Amino acid sequence: MQQPGRAAEIKANGIGKSFGSFRALDNLTLDIGRGEFLTLLGPSGSGKTTFLMILAGFVQPSEGRLFSDGTDITDRPAEQRAAGMVFQGYALFPHMSVEQNIAFPLKVRKKSASEIKSRVGEMVERVGLKGHEKKLPAQLSGGQQQRVALARALVFEPGVLLLDEPFSALDKSLRGQMQAEMKRLHQETGTTFVFVTHDQSEALALSSRVAIFNHGKLLQVGRPDEVYDRPASRFVAEFLGEINMLPVKGVKPADNGATGVCEDRAVNMRCKAEKVRGDAILAIRPEHMSIAPEAAAGENGIAATAVASTYLGAATKLDLTTRQGAKVTVSVPNEVAAAALSKGNSVWLTWPAEKGFLLPDGGQ
Amino acid sequence: MRGTLSDRTGAALLMAPLLLFLVLAYAWPFLGVVKWSFTLPTPGLGQYGALVSDPLVQSVFVRTLRIAAIVTIVSVTAAYAITVVWVRGSPVQRVLAEFCILVPFWISVLTRAFGWVALLSNRGLVNTWLQSIGFISEPLTLVRNEFGVIVGMSHFLIPFAVFPLASAMRSLDERVLLAARGLGSSRMRTFWTVFVPMTRSGIIGSAMITFVFSLGFFVTPAILGGGRSVMIAELIYLRIFQSPDWGLGAAISVVLVVFVGALMALLFRYVKPKQLV
Ligand SMILES: Nc1ncnc2c1ncn2[C@@H]1O[C@H](COP(=O)(O)OP(=O)(O)OP(=O)(O)O)[C@@H](O)[C@H]1O
Ligand SMILES: [Mg+2]
Repeated sequence: MQQPGRAAEIKANGIGKSFGSFRALDNLTLDIGRGEFLTLLGPSGSGKTTFLMILAGFVQPSEGRLFSDGTDITDRPAEQRAAGMVFQGYALFPHMSVEQNIAFPLKVRKKSASEIKSRVGEMVERVGLKGHEKKLPAQLSGGQQQRVALARALVFEPGVLLLDEPFSALDKSLRGQMQAEMKRLHQETGTTFVFVTHDQSEALALSSRVAIFNHGKLLQVGRPDEVYDRPASRFVAEFLGEINMLPVKGVKPADNGATGVCEDRAVNMRCKAEKVRGDAILAIRPEHMSIAPEAAAGENGIAATAVASTYLGAATKLDLTTRQGAKVTVSVPNEVAAAALSKGNSVWLTWPAEKGFLLPDGGQ
Repeated sequence: MRGTLSDRTGAALLMAPLLLFLVLAYAWPFLGVVKWSFTLPTPGLGQYGALVSDPLVQSVFVRTLRIAAIVTIVSVTAAYAITVVWVRGSPVQRVLAEFCILVPFWISVLTRAFGWVALLSNRGLVNTWLQSIGFISEPLTLVRNEFGVIVGMSHFLIPFAVFPLASAMRSLDERVLLAARGLGSSRMRTFWTVFVPMTRSGIIGSAMITFVFSLGFFVTPAILGGGRSVMIAELIYLRIFQSPDWGLGAAISVVLVVFVGALMALLFRYVKPKQLV
């Protein structure tokens, strides 16, 4: 078991990386707290792997410095940083058994045979590989290989564990299982986890904080609920999940937020309108909108017509068109959707003031 | 990988002319050799009996196996070093390595053998140089013995040993090497405990090819061995063209072909043909 406090605290200061004239990472500054579970989220090619490789020491940044527990480690080679790393595709040693794979980092550190045996045994148990110790990686399922990779990266109690899309090759149910397991391992070891994914739901479910990347830039960092409910940009808002965007006019600050006009009706927002004035985009998540026969005076609401529905099991996704032609999607209970569709005419879409947020018009 | 049916028929059709040529040029005449081995000078197994009891034939077989084994170790080791540079070196190193691998293919085996004689003979470059720096007083015997044969054969075979190794090194997942270093392993340790074991199939393929080729060498041992370290191919030649004892020569050929065939069968149990190119 790892003593708490062994976990590393990492500071990236103005990190940039160019490949030739191509900017893979640009001026990235990020603090990763001790024992934190940070997820790097972004579309393909956004620089997530590059940043992870820089953290591990496999790639040298073109500029910027990297600190671990206050020490500058920018020029330290990978083998001396010894961050635990789980690669995309696992990168197990194909010629070594499960046991030998997990023992490798301990052998490198010249631990005694008895210590290696007990720690490997403990790790095998912890990741649920008992009975598979003598198998070669090729004889294991994808999920089992994943566990070997995790065990190998954690057995030497690294200060930080770096994971590059570890679950991308697993099917959905196994993925859920491995996510839960990883959360448990994070709590048990107390190590700092830096986890790369391009699956937003995985990021939101696992992390203490999420860092969103696009085109080599860090767009926003925050707790899952912060980035989901209060995205700083349109890109972040859209990347984290489905979202409805309605044009609002005449946005101005009000008592406890902002007001504006949406589809000829006054709407209230709880968010501040510091950066946004005049025309803007009002963004609301589908699950925060409801269908109502009427919108009361002073309540946020717009009229719309239901056009199509998608049955999702637990709920139904309903597509609507507003009077001014904006497309809106809501997620509502199945019977509400059925009723809205059967009426064939206008319903009202309402939402609580604190669930709508403003984004600059046309901005990214 | 398993090709589709039409893939395989297509490949078979493309290979048909080559197969036909091989049958006509090699398999058919070889059947004649097999026939001689059982019929000349008298029908029966007499030639095979003579082969087992003849101490000269036996000593040649043992020498051939010994030389082939040493040549294999020397060639594969040297080829491994060259291939590492060729596959994983800097761009300049790669070009240099490629040059070293390809140039020998453009020089005939005969030229190369005489080249080695010129280098290694008593009054050759190596001996004069060693004497001039006072390292030795008497010239070393470097040719017309097994040493010269081993040098010449290894030189010939190193380029052939390179290709299976290169194929194994190219298909190796770079991330596994990164993983080893990330887990704290030095470059040296990563090389010996991860890189070398992971190229095992290439080493086996390379060794098998070198060994099988070595068994059939004729020109190089004839020139660099100077008649003192006769190998099987030369013995067959002597039996057929000088003794002349066609039956015995044929019997030795048959034993050699069967032995090589068995080695090839063994090889393909461990490595897929695709890994050799
Ligand atoms: N060694 C390299 N040489 C040149 N370009 C590179 C190199 N490594 C990465 N890049 C480029 O840098 C960009 C970022 O790559 P990176 O692998 O970090 O993306 P990623 O966010 O991990 O994407 P994915 O989700 O597809 O894994 C890509 O456009 C990639 O082509
Ligand atoms: Mg990546």
